[in-house]
Amino acid sequence: MTAQVKVIKKPGRTVAEQVYLPEIAKGLGFAMGRFFKNTFGPKASKEIATVKYPEERIEYPERFRGIHRLTQRADGSPRCVACLCCSTACPAQCIYIEPAEYEPDDPRYGYERYPSVFMIDELRCIFCGYCVEACPCDAIRMDTGMHMPPSTRREHFLYDKETLLSIPGRDGTYLTANPRHEPGDPTHPGIDREHGH
Amino acid sequence: MSTTFLVISSLVKVVVILVITVGAFAPVLIWAERRQSAMIQDRLGPSRAAIVLPPSALKWIDRARLPMWRLAAATGIVAIVTLIALSFVALEGSNPLPISTAALTATFVGFGLASVLLRVGYGVHSMIVGNGGRIMLIGLLHPLADAMKFIFKEDFVPPKADKLLFSAGPIIALIPAIAAFAVIPFASTLHWDYLNQVLPRTGEISGPAIPMQVASINVGILFIFAITSTGIIGAAISGYASDNKYSLLGGIRAASQMVSYEVVLGLTLVPAFMVYQSLRLEDMAMWQHQHIWGVFIPPLTLAAINFFVAAVAETKRVPFDLPEGESELVGGYLTEYSGMKFGMFFMGEFVEVVSLAAIASVLFFGAWDVPYLYRDGFEFSLPFVAGSYSVPLVHWVVVAIQFAVFLFKIIILIWFQLMIRWSLPRFRYDQLMSLCWKGLLPVSLLNILVIGAFMLSGWLDGWVAFWDKIF
Repeated sequence: MTAQVKVIKKPGRTVAEQVYLPEIAKGLGFAMGRFFKNTFGPKASKEIATVKYPEERIEYPERFRGIHRLTQRADGSPRCVACLCCSTACPAQCIYIEPAEYEPDDPRYGYERYPSVFMIDELRCIFCGYCVEACPCDAIRMDTGMHMPPSTRREHFLYDKETLLSIPGRDGTYLTANPRHEPGDPTHPGIDREHGH
Repeated sequence: MSTTFLVISSLVKVVVILVITVGAFAPVLIWAERRQSAMIQDRLGPSRAAIVLPPSALKWIDRARLPMWRLAAATGIVAIVTLIALSFVALEGSNPLPISTAALTATFVGFGLASVLLRVGYGVHSMIVGNGGRIMLIGLLHPLADAMKFIFKEDFVPPKADKLLFSAGPIIALIPAIAAFAVIPFASTLHWDYLNQVLPRTGEISGPAIPMQVASINVGILFIFAITSTGIIGAAISGYASDNKYSLLGGIRAASQMVSYEVVLGLTLVPAFMVYQSLRLEDMAMWQHQHIWGVFIPPLTLAAINFFVAAVAETKRVPFDLPEGESELVGGYLTEYSGMKFGMFFMGEFVEVVSLAAIASVLFFGAWDVPYLYRDGFEFSLPFVAGSYSVPLVHWVVVAIQFAVFLFKIIILIWFQLMIRWSLPRFRYDQLMSLCWKGLLPVSLLNILVIGAFMLSGWLDGWVAFWDKIF
């Protein structure tokens, strides 16, 4: 099999290119065309890519990872069961959780735990989304579509449990579409601390 | 003409030139260059610098809206009533239409003016209030912001720099650029005693005549060469005085580049002197006014292109910005400069752009000459067709039109320079030098021979006579 050699012609060797002036005229013509189109052309034909940021904003894409939120149950408590999956998965180690047991008379006692402290250092977060992937309960989400509101104080970026619970998702709700069945749920009988779901 | 009159008129001219170059063109160019590049590259460019009005001022503007509408409505009603009344007068009178055209014109003009004012007021109002009290003026405030930044920045001088030369550099770079304007004619001669009269087209006119240039000296264009070549010293000594290797290299590059192109610059213009037979710029302008613009004489077209290339190289801007060469020399001779000293270099560069445009337009584009405009007004005529349509104009209007057209020509040429600046990539240093010594220099020397042959063979006279006949 003979080698297939593709000879590529060296650019810039024709007479017109060597003289240089026609090429300059060509380049100038192109630049002038852009200039006139964008300066004096009708508005529809302008191709300005600039976004005047504070006044105009580009919608973030659907799967944009914004600041975190903690989803709520129907009663407003966090869905989080303090399993520590997210803080374990977090490569930046920005999630701090203190798990706590429910009171013994609570139906959830012994069935699951809850976070008494849930804190995310948003400045340390690298927004990789591993915490969302790791969460077995769909309790932490990054679907807020917001980035951090700026502040001059470092502690303003330590988001505690209440702050995280108070951030709605992009659709404005605090819940998630995934159902969660509490102990004593009539549609799912038999869920208790011995028979989890 | 009394000495006082001479002194005052010269001072006025100097002030006007300073205002136009340093006060208007240079700051606007700082903005225009960036804005134009943005438009070429599909960006918006500098457009956000704003004067933010306090909310109370906004409230006042909003309050002024109603009186404005009332004023406009009143003006409209008055105009309509006046019109009706005038037409009644016209119908009642025994004479056919005693209502004068002047009265009608005045009414219509008044009405139109009021509506234009209203529209402008409305536009300004929506521009300010609709923008949340921020006056942006499509970014024209950016030069202002730049100037403020330049003024308040630390005026840093490198510890081992030559303090005197370091400070003198920007001044030496800026002053010659402005001084070149001294010999540029901005319009034809102004005859002070006949401002409101239509002058005869030809012939001498007595009384005080003000040439519309600061200095009418017989070396004219040579003065420009002499004064702009001192700009080399500014770049070179600022490179030397900065105590920085990169600055020194930039200064050396600037000196060698500018000296080389100075030679070409002079030689490209020799054909122009030969055709116009004068070194005075006002004589050149007058020749082009009487015959045709230099750029339409074939050898001078080539000279114009050569001149433009050499002059862009002389201003040290892209594609010839090797003295700055930020990719290899950090900032060239500008490296150590900051604050207003850098601003002076910057301003000098832009004033050079303006002066280059002015010189090019005087030499090749007819200076203040407007086609069909003569000393007694417009006279339009078609080639090969008998008859013409003339509009007589008073003297000061003619001069004002010439001045405005000269500024317009300068603006067009500046625009073209900015276009070149944003379209072409930079040369390599050896390419720059070979373009100068092996390209432009032989071509302009040959061009001298060609124009000589052109003149000796009588073709030039034939060419000029042919065009004279057509226009």
